[in-house]
Amino acid sequence: MAKVFIYPATSLILSDLVARFGHQPLGAALSIRERIQTAGVESPPLQITPEEPKKGLKYAAVEVPSGVRGRMSVYGPLIEAAEAAVIVTDADLAFGCMGCARTDELILFSLRSKDIPILEVEYPRSEEEGVRFVAAIRDFLANLKTEETA
Amino acid sequence: MADYTPRFVGTVTKYVFVESPTMTPSALALRAYEVSEGVMIKETCFGLQVTGKPEEVDRLIRRIREFDPAHIFVKDRGFPPGDPRRCRANLGGARPGYLGHEAEFPLLRYVSHGLEALGKGGGAAPEQPAERREKHPLLDIRKLKDLIEEAEES
Repeated sequence: MAKVFIYPATSLILSDLVARFGHQPLGAALSIRERIQTAGVESPPLQITPEEPKKGLKYAAVEVPSGVRGRMSVYGPLIEAAEAAVIVTDADLAFGCMGCARTDELILFSLRSKDIPILEVEYPRSEEEGVRFVAAIRDFLANLKTEETA
Repeated sequence: MADYTPRFVGTVTKYVFVESPTMTPSALALRAYEVSEGVMIKETCFGLQVTGKPEEVDRLIRRIREFDPAHIFVKDRGFPPGDPRRCRANLGGARPGYLGHEAEFPLLRYVSHGLEALGKGGGAAPEQPAERREKHPLLDIRKLKDLIEEAEES
């Protein structure tokens, strides 16, 4: 079982398909859960504390806005742990403010500069595309298994 | 700053979405209760939220998927159900979030079709390459002008 980073990190479709084909999806929920279940200082709504932008310094320089660094403290450890990644390139739902947009760019840059297998797909808009979409992800994940056992 | 004491430590919560012509969320909930064995189940309009120890939740998810494999979708959730920071019972209005789910929900039927087709057809993907979709076609300036004029006239 490989750890597969999914982008968008909140994607239901990617999370389900990766788990369905026998791997562990790495999405935003895992990092949020870790924070929600750790005792400390009350910091609603996501338990993101002032410590997070400091942790984000590992992934972005100090002149990068704290919003990006804070977000990278959520995603950075997941990217570090990732052994593969599935990226949807036309995910309109991943839009957001400048903090989100720049973080997304940094996430994609970090994934592409990491030496791991990456699959880039587009969301299906028809039944035929649905078959290709599922087949592409299934074959990519099956090859991961082969690479691991080789 | 107040101290924070977490609830449901050591548990996992997962969303279960059902988008099926043969199974409603309430029918899914009834069948899930039968095999829950202590896992907390919350029925929602789109399916369920299940909370419990990781291995118990995994077992339940495996059973739930068997009910309608191509039409049941599962993902992790960071918050437990009823968390006062997210639950609309405390927020006094619509719950934030779910925009991603709303965006992906209409696409689930294509994914379901893909899962069914690959399951039945021995797993072979179609041969022909996918045509590249035109990216965000721009609105023609003449069309925009017509729309503005129509809006002004009405």
